[in-house]
Amino acid sequence: MNAITLEHITKTYNKGAVLAVDDVSFAVEKGEMFGIIGPDGAGKTSIFRILTTLLLADKGTATVAGYDVIKDFQKIRGIIGYMPGRFSLYQDLTVEENLNFFATVFGTSIDENYDQIKDIYVMLEPFKDRRAGKLSGGMKQKLALCCALIHKPEVLFLDEPTTGVDVVSRREFWDILKRLKAEGITILVSTSYMDEATLCDRIALMLGGKILSSDTPERVIKSYPEKLFAVKSSTMHALLKDLRANENVVQCYAAGEYIHFTLKEAGEANENILLKFLRDKHEKDLIFTETVPTVEDCFIRLLGKQDGGAGN
Amino acid sequence: MRTLKFLLQKEFKQIFRDSNLLRMMFMTPIIQLIILPQAANFTIRNINIAFVDLDHSAYSQRFVNKVLSSGYFQLAGIEPSYQGAYKLIEKDKADIVVEIPKDFESKLNTEENQKLSVSVNAINGVKAAVGSGYLTNIIQDFNRNIQLDWIQPSAMNPMPEVDVVSSNWYNPTLSYYLFMVPGILVLLVTLVGGNMTAQNIVREKEIGTIEQINVTPLKKYHFILGKLIPFWILGVIVFTIGLIIARILYGIIPLGSVALLYFFVSVYLIAIMGFGLLISTYSDTPLQAHSLTFFFVQIFNMMSGLFTPIDSMPGWAKLITDIIPVSYFIEVMRMIVIKGSRFHDIIPHLIAVSIMGIVLNGWAILNYRKTT
Repeated sequence: MNAITLEHITKTYNKGAVLAVDDVSFAVEKGEMFGIIGPDGAGKTSIFRILTTLLLADKGTATVAGYDVIKDFQKIRGIIGYMPGRFSLYQDLTVEENLNFFATVFGTSIDENYDQIKDIYVMLEPFKDRRAGKLSGGMKQKLALCCALIHKPEVLFLDEPTTGVDVVSRREFWDILKRLKAEGITILVSTSYMDEATLCDRIALMLGGKILSSDTPERVIKSYPEKLFAVKSSTMHALLKDLRANENVVQCYAAGEYIHFTLKEAGEANENILLKFLRDKHEKDLIFTETVPTVEDCFIRLLGKQDGGAGN
Repeated sequence: MRTLKFLLQKEFKQIFRDSNLLRMMFMTPIIQLIILPQAANFTIRNINIAFVDLDHSAYSQRFVNKVLSSGYFQLAGIEPSYQGAYKLIEKDKADIVVEIPKDFESKLNTEENQKLSVSVNAINGVKAAVGSGYLTNIIQDFNRNIQLDWIQPSAMNPMPEVDVVSSNWYNPTLSYYLFMVPGILVLLVTLVGGNMTAQNIVREKEIGTIEQINVTPLKKYHFILGKLIPFWILGVIVFTIGLIIARILYGIIPLGSVALLYFFVSVYLIAIMGFGLLISTYSDTPLQAHSLTFFFVQIFNMMSGLFTPIDSMPGWAKLITDIIPVSYFIEVMRMIVIKGSRFHDIIPHLIAVSIMGIVLNGWAILNYRKTT
């Protein structure tokens, strides 16, 4: 059985002036960790709010754990955990008081479900008398997750849980998610960090309210059709300009310490021509390789295709 | 029940941790009740008066002394000419100029009537009206005295005269505090009940906690009760503080039943908290809520009958005061505190405020549902 299904969900704001979610359909299997990857404003949060029964869609149907989001919203509210993108716990209550509050609201108690949150709570325990507003970013996220887990939800909704959190805390957080998944909880998570995408079972690349591609991260990467090249030199800015000026280069963009680009017409001859052209200008320390695409590359390719499509 | 108890616990914890809120809650009524009644006082004193004495006679001297000894006037100067006195008005040093004409005394003696010219600076209308009123009284009194001087008291022909003596009921000394303090207390209770409730709920909206709560199985009425009950209690506490201050500082002891006062406050607070709840459903940030309440509280201030009597308002304005809960409470406060009214006297007010409570709360709850 699917834990989450969406069928032709459409949502507009301002009486139809802003299209936030455009005919989106996908399904998440039970026990799966599904990631929605996309930039800010892609419509991720709208989907979360529709699924958590906070927002009504204009069109389409959606279910969570087999319950309809409109008809059975009360049932859904009892079995989901939601962690909104913005930290929204009581800043003037302590860690323990917040946790206690949400436990009570769900008709349970910390003791009753302690095993569910134990792993995370041990990290929070030294700060349990500290007010939530005075916690660090990473600790706030952990507390929010604790509060979302306190009633043993079947489905967990995490809207950009790691935005604004340091690298170490982010990694810790994903380790926790993996453990939760192992316990059989279905997790729908959104992020704008592409590197986190590979940690999900399946991902959906989302842009402008539409899902551009949806599959396992490996297959999304495998579906990258072209050869992707990476170059690097000490004069990066000039290198980027030269590449952009070259007629045979389709897309080129900075990716970490390299510049990634694809060619209109690949093939050894063309590659050599380009290589020679670049060597002439940046002879000293040019590094030129073919590289394995990442989710980010896939995303940028889809983005470029969409822009191109709109241009035609 | 357990959930509600827990919600209340949480709410009080938050209230007692918010030192700003507590200060607002308890310092505002104390300071306002100490300062406002002293300043918002319609008894006009210190009217600056200038005389132009062209007569320099015993009578003119007597007249000036009489005016000054009344206690309402302060001498701004005695000028030799009207022009000089007019300058005093222009410089805002004098509010009233009284010109005593030449041969004031001799004409009084011969022709038995004489005219005084009184010029009043009417920029401050209230001061002008009250000042010239005082002056007219003094002049009349002066008249009577001269008549007494001349007409030898004789038992033969007593002049028939109608003398009006008025006595002020319920507030025999016309104490302004007795009139204002209960009214100001009403506004304070309104502010706590209305504004604080609105602010508190909107703050949950702004922080996003209301979203978190909306995805839980928590019942709406639990949430709303959890919000209203603490502020209802705080409203009653503020009212109590106000009554104590009124007693200690102004010696105001309600003539009627204090229990009846509390009963009315209880009902009134429910209505006014419905108003706060309604405002919170229409605003997204505390600032918006604040602006909205500010707008309404201004209207409440001016139209509730606190400063100006409702009876003298035009018909359309009276209609507005009919739908303002504050005006009912102010009236009831004055009735019970000053007049000692009983339960059956305030039944109409009670009904009106109850209806408002039902309408405001009902509207707020409907609107709250719609927006989530």
